[in-house]
Amino acid sequence: MLRQLQQPWVGSVAIFVAFVCVWAWFTAMPSASVSGGDAEYARLAGQSAPGQQASAIPSPWAVALRGWELITHALDRDNPNNLGIAWHLTYSMGRVALGFTLALIVAVPLGFMLGLWPACYRALDPFIQVLRPVSPLAWMPLALYTFRDSTISTIFIIFICAVWPMLISTATGTASVRAEWLNVSRVFGLPRLEHVTRVVFPASVPMILSGMRISIGIAWFVIVAAEMVGAQSGIGYFIWNEWNNLQIASMIVAIVLIGGIGLALDVILKQIGERLSFRE
Amino acid sequence: MADLDISDVSMSFVDRSGKEHLALDRISLAIEHSEFVCLIGHSGCGKSTLLNIVAGLLTPTEGAIRCAGATITGPGPDRAMVFQSHALLPWMTCVENVYLAVKQAFRGAPQTELMDRAEQALKLVHLDHAINKYPFEISGGMKQRVGIARAFAVQPKVLLLDEPFGALDALTKSSLQDELVRIVEKTRTTVVMVTHDIDEAIFLSDRIVALSNGPAARIGRTWKIETDRPRDRLQLTTDFDSIQYRKEVLEFLYKREPFPEPQNN
Repeated sequence: MLRQLQQPWVGSVAIFVAFVCVWAWFTAMPSASVSGGDAEYARLAGQSAPGQQASAIPSPWAVALRGWELITHALDRDNPNNLGIAWHLTYSMGRVALGFTLALIVAVPLGFMLGLWPACYRALDPFIQVLRPVSPLAWMPLALYTFRDSTISTIFIIFICAVWPMLISTATGTASVRAEWLNVSRVFGLPRLEHVTRVVFPASVPMILSGMRISIGIAWFVIVAAEMVGAQSGIGYFIWNEWNNLQIASMIVAIVLIGGIGLALDVILKQIGERLSFRE
Repeated sequence: MADLDISDVSMSFVDRSGKEHLALDRISLAIEHSEFVCLIGHSGCGKSTLLNIVAGLLTPTEGAIRCAGATITGPGPDRAMVFQSHALLPWMTCVENVYLAVKQAFRGAPQTELMDRAEQALKLVHLDHAINKYPFEISGGMKQRVGIARAFAVQPKVLLLDEPFGALDALTKSSLQDELVRIVEKTRTTVVMVTHDIDEAIFLSDRIVALSNGPAARIGRTWKIETDRPRDRLQLTTDFDSIQYRKEVLEFLYKREPFPEPQNN
């Protein structure tokens, strides 16, 4: 019994329960903003003051209830204004998948080339250094103007934010293959092609995969903001729409779902990485 | 004709500030066919540099090296190397590691023959059971056996060993030394080995070449080790000649060429 209490998840559950209790306690208190003079204003505005006593932040139960509602209606798509949350998430993940795949197709071969030819790397480096720190959202108006399509624009935004980590880690991985492996390749006279495919590439796989893991995290980060700005579907649009409807509980549910999916993506990439990387 | 002819080889490196450092100063050494030569010296004296030059991994600043009459311009199938850190490719099984080297040395041979050669090489070092294992699945001593198998599999004229047993425990080390002696005697390969283990050098060598301390290392002294083969490790501990060699090498390394004091600057 005591040993079970020492397991790490016990602490996590305790923190969660404490958090929910504090949350419930705060939301059960009458909101400060609608007391006193504001109550007077509310009456003048034709609203009944007692109705406004609940906090603006919904209680944990309200959020749980809303979550249940959203999940039971997750697959609704009877009209375009009432898309189920599963569809929004599917749209978002689809955009991330497309943008990420495009970035992968560009970044890995290009990074590999830069790693193999340091002169190319040095020539391209200033451009990479200038473009990399640009917030992906800064590209949004330009993308909307150029592509004249919100979906293509969001995919482009994902592409542009996912490409840098993969490009840089692929180039670094390719350029920093252990000297002893390069010496093996030279001493035993591997031809160029075999040197690249049998030594350099396998040696840089772990770096490529960690770049992919960073990229997918950033892509999932950015998709929410990109969809808030320029999309008519997706989880980012959903949050913004619920904000306009003052459906705070829905927003909280969406935040939890975004976190869960982000975690899942990271775990998947991590496991792919462990499977494909060599062991020593 | 010597199998390996090192003539007047000098090597200098340029450091970050652009200053030139002479590491090896006009080294000349002729190594006969199927001779076993150990290069000994303090760490940092340039013995590994010399070995890398012979391997073709480094180009000497001056001088030339001929292997069986042909001047060395880079790595070649006439020389194979066993590295200090086994240097197996971890994404390949043991036999794939050997196969990769064999394939380059016998280009054009049918795949079955190449595979056979790779497997035979691993059998030669008693690794029949580990053929399809990955390097991470086997012990350090076994990894170095694969390294030795890989080098012998390409049937080099000259085998280069860069402190191959430095990272192994004493017992594993002696069993690998015995293995090496057995294969070298069987294949009559010429061997150049870098070591800083005096007992190892006396047990294995026909000739010990001691380098003076760097920078600008030169050949300080050489000993012909004329103890009869096969040598017995136990017998060597009481053998008069071998005690004498041991004393002289020690004297050279600790009296004539003591390890340089770290400079305070």
